[in-house]
Amino acid sequence: MALSALLPDVLVTRLDYLASLLRKHSLWPMPFATACCGIELMATASSRYDIARFGSEAMRFSPRQCDVMIVAGRVVMKMVPVMQRIWQQMPEPKWCISMGACACSGGVFDTYATVQGIDRFLPVDVYIPGCPPRPEQLIRAILDLQEKIQKTGTIDGREFVHRQGYEGPTALARELTPDKLIVAPGDYQTATRKRVPLN
Amino acid sequence: MAVDLEALRHRFGEVFTIEQFRDNRRLILPAAHAAQTLLPLLQCLKQEYGFDMLAELGGIDYLGYPNATDRYAVVYGLTNTQTGERLFVKAYANDPQPELPSVTSLWRGANWMEREVYDMYGVRFRGHPDLRRILMPADFQDFPLRKDYPLRGYGERHNFLPLTRAES
Ligand code: SF4
Repeated sequence: MALSALLPDVLVTRLDYLASLLRKHSLWPMPFATACCGIELMATASSRYDIARFGSEAMRFSPRQCDVMIVAGRVVMKMVPVMQRIWQQMPEPKWCISMGACACSGGVFDTYATVQGIDRFLPVDVYIPGCPPRPEQLIRAILDLQEKIQKTGTIDGREFVHRQGYEGPTALARELTPDKLIVAPGDYQTATRKRVPLN
Repeated sequence: MAVDLEALRHRFGEVFTIEQFRDNRRLILPAAHAAQTLLPLLQCLKQEYGFDMLAELGGIDYLGYPNATDRYAVVYGLTNTQTGERLFVKAYANDPQPELPSVTSLWRGANWMEREVYDMYGVRFRGHPDLRRILMPADFQDFPLRKDYPLRGYGERHNFLPLTRAES
């Protein structure tokens, strides 16, 4: 096969590699710190742990300048539209790190007000367990994210196009039939369903 | 120098009882009389007895409590800023439409505290200028601090559209 037939493909692949290489070393985090995990996030940014070593030190409080949203802490129900709005304001390509037990699963706050895992409402790339996670774990997550970007990233964000569906977990509890639902504002297709009272 | 609550009690037709625990004095106003008596009583305490500050206002649900006769209680913590004396007034309300008069006409600071009690317990305050939910989202439909609110249930954590990768 003539090289000229291959050339466009080869060229695009190289560009993807180059773009991912550049992107992964300058991740600008959006610190969406809602609770105690946020303190650990600040510690990670400070001189002792220093995520500047990995090119992620430029925390910006404007979502329009960020690539990676770090959701650190519990998110209450009322905060979800805000979080989604911030996420939508971030330019592509963007990634999301869910930091701490609360952001990943609701943690110990299994109450009426707390979102049981932000992945019910947002696509999450890296989960960090721990309450709170150590700064080393956050650094590990950033390294993992860098690896993910290097492996899957494309210059025009093609890797996101196919991910049309909901990527979060399925409902936690037994689902009720529609006639048993008592109060049902909103759309129950994908989020936590109304549950059978336990007692 | 504590005020004479017995005289006050006679003046209001003995509808409330007086309890004391150490230096903490309370007026207990049962649900049958709360709707008529609460506002005049608090007005009298404020204007004649000098309890000019509403330090706190909170709700209690007595469902399943031993010897409880009425279900909801709203507690008004009053302070006399001249003498430092404190007094608690506990007014009860019952299902199906728990309702008490609003004290926003006496203390404007009661506004948000009453909204919170309404939000968490569903006790309505008659005469409140703006009785909306204050903590929960406006379309939330239950009262989460009621004792019969299940640990899981009744439409909590509901529902916002999840965002997918492709559309965001
Ligand atoms: S995981 Fe722990 S440290 Fe983090 S927000 Fe939740 S309670 Fe706080």
